[in-house]
Amino acid sequence: MNTQTQKVSGLDVAAIRQEFPILSEQVNGKPLVYLDNAATSQKPQCVIDTINHYYAAQNSNVHRGVHYLSQLATREYEGARDIIKKFLNAASDKEIIFTKGTTDAINLVAMSYGRKFIKEGDEIIISAMEHHANIVPWQMLCEQTGAVLRVIPMNDDGELLMEEYEKLLSPKTKIVAVAYVSNSLGTINPVHRIIELAHAQDVPVLIDGAQSAPHLKVDVRELDCDFYAFSGHKVCGPTGIGVLYGKQQWLEQMPPVQGGGDMIKVVTFEKTTYNDLPYKLEAGTPHIEGGIGLGRAIQYLESIGLDKIAAYEHELLEYATEVIGGIKGVRLIGTANQKASVLSFVIDDIHPHDIGTILDQEGIAVRAGHHCAQPVMKRFGVPATARASFAFYNTKEEIDALATALQKVIEVFG
Amino acid sequence: MADLNELYQQVILDHNKKPRNFKALETPSITQEGHNPLCGDHITLQLEMDGDVVKDVGFQGSGCAISKASSSMMTAAVKGKTKAEIEAIADEFIKMVRGEIDPETESNHLGRLKIFAGVKDFPARVKCAALSWRTVQAAVEGSPDAVSTE
Ligand SMILES: Cc1ncc(COP(=O)(O)O)c(C=O)c1O
Repeated sequence: MNTQTQKVSGLDVAAIRQEFPILSEQVNGKPLVYLDNAATSQKPQCVIDTINHYYAAQNSNVHRGVHYLSQLATREYEGARDIIKKFLNAASDKEIIFTKGTTDAINLVAMSYGRKFIKEGDEIIISAMEHHANIVPWQMLCEQTGAVLRVIPMNDDGELLMEEYEKLLSPKTKIVAVAYVSNSLGTINPVHRIIELAHAQDVPVLIDGAQSAPHLKVDVRELDCDFYAFSGHKVCGPTGIGVLYGKQQWLEQMPPVQGGGDMIKVVTFEKTTYNDLPYKLEAGTPHIEGGIGLGRAIQYLESIGLDKIAAYEHELLEYATEVIGGIKGVRLIGTANQKASVLSFVIDDIHPHDIGTILDQEGIAVRAGHHCAQPVMKRFGVPATARASFAFYNTKEEIDALATALQKVIEVFG
Repeated sequence: MADLNELYQQVILDHNKKPRNFKALETPSITQEGHNPLCGDHITLQLEMDGDVVKDVGFQGSGCAISKASSSMMTAAVKGKTKAEIEAIADEFIKMVRGEIDPETESNHLGRLKIFAGVKDFPARVKCAALSWRTVQAAVEGSPDAVSTE
């Protein structure tokens, strides 16, 4: 372990690594070097134990039974909602909607807010660096309503052109939806300014927080976003669970997109009265152990401290930028001034898929492909990139291992 | 265990660097597209037929070393062959990279293409090797749609 690293950020990374059982696995006979954290994070023992314990001792349906287990499961599940509310500093539990993930959360807003407030000729603004999850739902809405999609362009470093954004904002704009952190470039977008400018014209803003939630402390009231979406599996929690935060004033006005159990108060064949928030937007038996596991994951991250995590990951990024960016033939894709710990790169004349395979043989997991951001690949004129993305449990030694393996890639293709 | 040297053999690396028949044809009889959506590999294959026989062949596109070398060697292998012969090679090639046949004992048509046998130990790369063969299959079968390996 690099002692200097520990001193600067105050993280005991060796101890943290002990909490993630998967990090002691071997891959292809080599110790696993997991650098695909932007795709999904690994899970600490406490989250695994919480999920186990739920099924071993607490399993029951929620919001339904008078019996002991049902009340216990409900308390745990709603307790998780409260943890998330505090994590985001939302004003109320009513503003925390459980979803399947970021994709599901954005789709919910597009379908519900969209159906109610967006009509032909209206405009929706997204950015050039969005994940497909923050493009396609809006395109589908445009197809259904006749609204128009507008895209904030970016420069060659992967930074949004704010003057262009200002020009796009108009009385026709009905919503702005942008990522806080780009998954393919690592850019941290100036979301405060984006929100301020939109609000000056009374336009609500959805922030795709899939990549910011694991790295940056977000206070939704300070940020003043109208919606914030993130996925459990990227913050050390389980898959299949995520969160849509929405300001209550918006959520109250939004119609449910799914009907069923849990989201109703009274049902007759003539008329149904919908339940209150947040249940109005959560039809059916939820992902109970997912919610509870996510609550535990957030407690875990907070016990380490998001600020410390951000500082340490920034060190890793700077180190990797120097070491990997310094390799002859390597070109970094995404060189914004403000970046989270994502390093996308290409190597002259070597396809990212081949890089990925050779690294895999060395036990190193990176992502090779278009990262669900094909327009970004097109913007930079590459078919795909290799991407290393770092979490607080990664080390400089792992970045050295990546550098050594990349030298090997270059040798093979020499 | 999977062996990298089996995958990235010198011949494969050479074809990746200097692909054969990497060109557009002036008067193609058949043009067929193929995609591998997962990794973005893309091939445009053109065949100039003389009756049932491939008189000339060219491909363009972008992809990883495995898909490019496979395309290059595929074009070399199909030139001068009939549609039926091509179908037979394609069938064996795809079975080989999936590990469904042992090329040493169970193939009659593969010849030099056997160097792709190592791909079977890299499941994530089977689609890359198979793309050009799936594309030529569709071309000779007269498929109207672009090939997608998904
Ligand atoms: C920026 C961004 N938005 C949205 C998503 C979609 O998240 P999920 O697949 O968990 O719904 C991702 C995940 O890859 C992402 O990185």
